[in-house]
Amino acid sequence: MAQVNTVKPAQAAAPRPAARRHLSDRRIVQLFIFPTIILLILMNIFPLIYSLFLSFNEYSVISADAPRWIGIENYADILSDAQFWHNFGVTGTYALISVALQTVVGFGLAMLLRTKFTGSGVVTTLILVPMMLSPIVVATFWKLILNPSYGIFNYVFGFLTLLVPTIIGVIVVALLWGTLPKLLGEQRANIGRIALLILIPVVAHLVWRFVLSQEGTYGDFFTRVTYRETAPEWLGEPALAMWAIIIVDVWMWSPFVMLLCLAGLSAIPEYLYEAAAIDRAGGWFQFRRITLPQVMPLLLIAVLFRTIEAFKQFDLVMGLTGGGPGDVTETVSVQLYQLAFQGQFDTGKSSALAYIVLVVIIAVSNLYIRALNRAREG
Amino acid sequence: MATTYSPSSPVNYSTRVDKVGRGQRISVTIRAIIAVLIAVLMLVPVIWMGMTAFKSRPEAVAAPPIVFFNPTLEGFISLLTERRQLSAAEQAVMQARTDLDYPNQIALLRGQTIIGTSAFPRQLLNSLIIAGASTFFSVGFGVLAAYAFSRFDIPGKDDLLFFILSQRMLPAVVVTIPIFLMYKEVGLYDTHFGMILLYTSFNLSFSVWLLKGFIDEIPKEYEEAALVDGYTRLQAFRKIVLPQAITGIAATTVFSLIFSWNEYAFALMLTSDVARTAPPSIPLVLGTGGIEWAAIAAGSLAFLIPVVIITFVLRKHLLRGVTFGAIRKG
Repeated sequence: MAQVNTVKPAQAAAPRPAARRHLSDRRIVQLFIFPTIILLILMNIFPLIYSLFLSFNEYSVISADAPRWIGIENYADILSDAQFWHNFGVTGTYALISVALQTVVGFGLAMLLRTKFTGSGVVTTLILVPMMLSPIVVATFWKLILNPSYGIFNYVFGFLTLLVPTIIGVIVVALLWGTLPKLLGEQRANIGRIALLILIPVVAHLVWRFVLSQEGTYGDFFTRVTYRETAPEWLGEPALAMWAIIIVDVWMWSPFVMLLCLAGLSAIPEYLYEAAAIDRAGGWFQFRRITLPQVMPLLLIAVLFRTIEAFKQFDLVMGLTGGGPGDVTETVSVQLYQLAFQGQFDTGKSSALAYIVLVVIIAVSNLYIRALNRAREG
Repeated sequence: MATTYSPSSPVNYSTRVDKVGRGQRISVTIRAIIAVLIAVLMLVPVIWMGMTAFKSRPEAVAAPPIVFFNPTLEGFISLLTERRQLSAAEQAVMQARTDLDYPNQIALLRGQTIIGTSAFPRQLLNSLIIAGASTFFSVGFGVLAAYAFSRFDIPGKDDLLFFILSQRMLPAVVVTIPIFLMYKEVGLYDTHFGMILLYTSFNLSFSVWLLKGFIDEIPKEYEEAALVDGYTRLQAFRKIVLPQAITGIAATTVFSLIFSWNEYAFALMLTSDVARTAPPSIPLVLGTGGIEWAAIAAGSLAFLIPVVIITFVLRKHLLRGVTFGAIRKG
């Protein structure tokens, strides 16, 4: 918004204060904030108080009985229930692994897209598309993609697994590219580069071949992953279901971490790197002492936000597995939904569970909003 | 950040000059290629869904998956219509007819005839109505509150803002249980008005924060000049602040639209038929006999395309949007 709005002179606009009822500033503030506050009290505060009350009662919305006060029995029930601790563990594991992977992948993507190239804006936006999509729709079409007989995930997965050495090789080459002259001297740098380009992928490939050949033959691997009888059934196998959800979550939300990291990276003043280069600081040193600390505040915001969202995770799990197979992917949110809206409609107990979740979320969001406020001021 | 060692050999290269050197150019090219590959890889699921939407039923579930296929609108037709299986005799009669329209011809290929529209168009319309109305109110109230928070000293302002944002952090399922009871009691369950009310309050905290960031950026001096010129506070707000904040209002509007458009948990638990929106229905699109992936993909595609377009339109504001206006530029 660079354009300057010129204020029209009084006679042109001809405002007639006398003709209008003159509102005092205080009155305006009240009028302006009023709708927001009322709505939030009506739709958030009142329901929360109501459910706090219900959490101390035995009550079901589908029965005719009035709520019956039972004290802390609901809470005691939940906290002594092994199912709750199992689900809590599932939620925690999921949040931890998922957020950690998103942080690594998102940060890596940001480092990759940091230097501008032709079309980098479009590429960045394309990578950001998944996070804007509806989680439930995402879950639905990932279900098709993860299907062991007609999904494409196993093919892409098998192919990428075979490509791992090449990918690692390319990354190593890219990382060493700039530092080579310092290591080998300017003259021998090009020979070093060519050697790297050939050597690293070949060595990595041979090692990989050895690793994959430990169970069956190397050539078999792709077939094993894609052949219908042996293909991993991501959503149906207890050992894989959680990973499937994590993969989809990482696919969807790494771009979010990337977006915040990119903002942090672009705000780092160039002179810090110049000063470091003058002091002959190496690439790793620059990364550890300049890049990382400078990006940290925004990375922290991203991680906290993702942690909150991961604890709330409902849509993806419902869409992908519905908590199954068995209860291996049953997060607390899914348990809450089942308790409140399925079977017995145990409203009292589910309110108590909701309050337990609430306490956890509030604790994390507190940290989050504080970090946000610091970023706002900084 | 001072390094403790002193250079043992003279510095025979310069960091800044190498930014234009050949090595640097190649490194940028490699990065660009990797980035493009990753972007393509990340979009494979979306592209695959788009392709599935145009596949015929057997092609959609072919094993191994088919990449090259004959595009057909069968998926969209199964999504939008209710069909009935025809008996062999009826099929013969239908095949003899030449006046069939395109959807009926497609249905006939599967031995079916169209008997009406499905619930999906209505659900999409519900999504549109609910998202549109709730966005209108949340941005409307939001701009008022944001202006007040931005320009005036309000006692306990920080606490209030904190409180407003914390509403956004609550898990949907937690809020839904009491709202479900409340709505049952007052008859708002499964109504458009109930959903609009809920989404409005849900988006309000977001829009207040985002808009406050935008309004904070408009210099106070403009309004002060206007007040000196004899405008009332309200006139200054309407004629000075609103036009200046139009970009912010537009961005907030679009974000709110996307949020309500994508919302699943509330819609799943608080609607059943009349006001049901598209997100809870898409996974449940069922054809005659089993899951019809082409139809589901067609529904997803119809649902996602607006969001993809909007993402591109909004790309300058995405960062602000996802951080509640706290972080302004990258």
